[in-house]
Amino acid sequence: MRLDQRLIAGMIEPGTRVLDIGSGDGSLIGHLYRTRNCDARGIEIDMKEVTRSVSHGLPVIHGDADNDLTHFPDDAFDYVVLQRTLQAVERPREVLRQMLRIGRYAIVSFPNFGHWQMRLRLLLTGRMPDNAVWNRPWYATPNIHPCTIRDFLALCEQDGYIVKDWMAIDEEGDRAPWRRSVRLANLFGEQALFLLARAR
Amino acid sequence: MNTFTTARTHSSQIFPEGVVLECGRRLAPVEIAYRTYGTLSPARDNAILICHALTGDQYVAEPHPLTGKPGWWDRMVGPGKPIDTDHFFVICSNVLGGCMGSTGPRSPKSADAYPDGKTELWGTDFPPLTIRDMVRGQELLIRHFGIDRLFAVIGGSMGGMQVLEWAVTFPDKVFAAMPIATAPLHSAQNIAFNEVSRQAIAADPDFAGGRYWEHDAIPARGLGVARMMAHITYLSEEALTRKFGRRTRPGQGCTPPDAGQPASLFSEIFEVESYLRHQGSSFVRRFDANSYLTITRAMDWMDLSAEHDGDFSAAFAGTKIRFCVVCFSSDWLFPTSQSRLLVRALNKAAANVSFVEIDSDKGHDAFLLDEPDFDRTVRGFLAGAAEQAGLSSRPASPDPAPGV
Repeated sequence: MRLDQRLIAGMIEPGTRVLDIGSGDGSLIGHLYRTRNCDARGIEIDMKEVTRSVSHGLPVIHGDADNDLTHFPDDAFDYVVLQRTLQAVERPREVLRQMLRIGRYAIVSFPNFGHWQMRLRLLLTGRMPDNAVWNRPWYATPNIHPCTIRDFLALCEQDGYIVKDWMAIDEEGDRAPWRRSVRLANLFGEQALFLLARAR
Repeated sequence: MNTFTTARTHSSQIFPEGVVLECGRRLAPVEIAYRTYGTLSPARDNAILICHALTGDQYVAEPHPLTGKPGWWDRMVGPGKPIDTDHFFVICSNVLGGCMGSTGPRSPKSADAYPDGKTELWGTDFPPLTIRDMVRGQELLIRHFGIDRLFAVIGGSMGGMQVLEWAVTFPDKVFAAMPIATAPLHSAQNIAFNEVSRQAIAADPDFAGGRYWEHDAIPARGLGVARMMAHITYLSEEALTRKFGRRTRPGQGCTPPDAGQPASLFSEIFEVESYLRHQGSSFVRRFDANSYLTITRAMDWMDLSAEHDGDFSAAFAGTKIRFCVVCFSSDWLFPTSQSRLLVRALNKAAANVSFVEIDSDKGHDAFLLDEPDFDRTVRGFLAGAAEQAGLSSRPASPDPAPGV
């Protein structure tokens, strides 16, 4: 399991209902089921991964964040998780709204477009970033809605979501040191992880 | 020989109280013919009910008594197989309305015999039947075994419809449900195909208004045509092309006949034609036409939303059952869109659902054929569910997903 998935798992109370959107090979939901006694389910867009997960006894459906969240009832889950995917969905704001409709908490991670390397490359070369996360040319990238940590915080404020916890994460998925300064995190954090609650 | 009164020995159980059908009529007594494989655990918690499709029967994993062919899901059910009889107790019963030993149109209508010694059979007088009625019949058998809760109900096509009816009608008696290549309602297109089948049977002079058994006849032409037509819907264009292409039979040219030769309108020229004719003629030897009519009509009535103003999710409200919905990419009889409709209804009911579309070019019949991804899905889902159910005898837990 990736390091950032361990951080996500650490945010989740044992024995709760969890939906992991983009569950991949199912490692997070498998971990939550086996070690935290969660009723953890997944949605995954890649059918090969779905088949693999179900073959491992994990409850995963084929579907995606943009189209399949609307079918769940309000409060169906305690936590709804979206790992490293927010920047690739068609309507990120609506996806967040759906996540906090069907779940009490949303756990969201995304690559931080405000990282200094991005800024520097754009400043010095005038070209779009080209690194491990942003590794495809602009016309082929699935990451159609990049944002910075500050952009994300602004959206949370705009839509009235409560930030229960957040942290910057490095490329390996480990916690980065600058967690209490938004400005530093936005400059040095390669990824960000947020725990949100809906407004009362 | 009168093929309809010849006693065949199917193991079966007679229930004198019978079943109150959805039409309001009590069908009694009711006989349910069944087969079992594996051993029921002392806790009676490891039973899997397999529901067969339209023309299937209870001979899942052993040679068929009439055709001698291997059981219809022999590759799936048995020791060490995905539905592992070393751990699970597998039950399969012939549906109500069937013709392999369970009460149906070929059963005696009453105990009285005609003066000539023949027994009057139900025939087309058999009461209107539904998928739910079939499930009620199966439930009698489950109770007879002393089973309070089935560990799993599994079935494809019409068998999948029964799985869904089990989940809706007896939600507390099912732990896990696996509806395969099926739908929560029978579509207009599928009703249309069934109607062509029924009309083909009715148009056969030997059908005799459904009383063919009085004349020791069977409407072989009509039933054969019905089967030929239906068989096409079980395949796919890719599968037909792969199997037959435009190949002609030995001795037949690949171009139209020359002038002066007969037009050969009804001879078997293409291989796909002789394949279908063989499918038709072998089918009529093992299946009863009135059963075919009764069961196809039962499928047509299938609509889980009918009692809920079109809302499928209401049928599953509050369900605790673990579902695994499976469909096949080239199935155009029960296409992926219909499984997705089911999955969305289950999501709306906040049910625990897995949903897999298996990539296959074999059409609807893929669920009966060699599809390794499908085997893995069945095995993994059952192992995971057995772990959740805490079964005392269960297959090895699935390997943890990579990375765990």
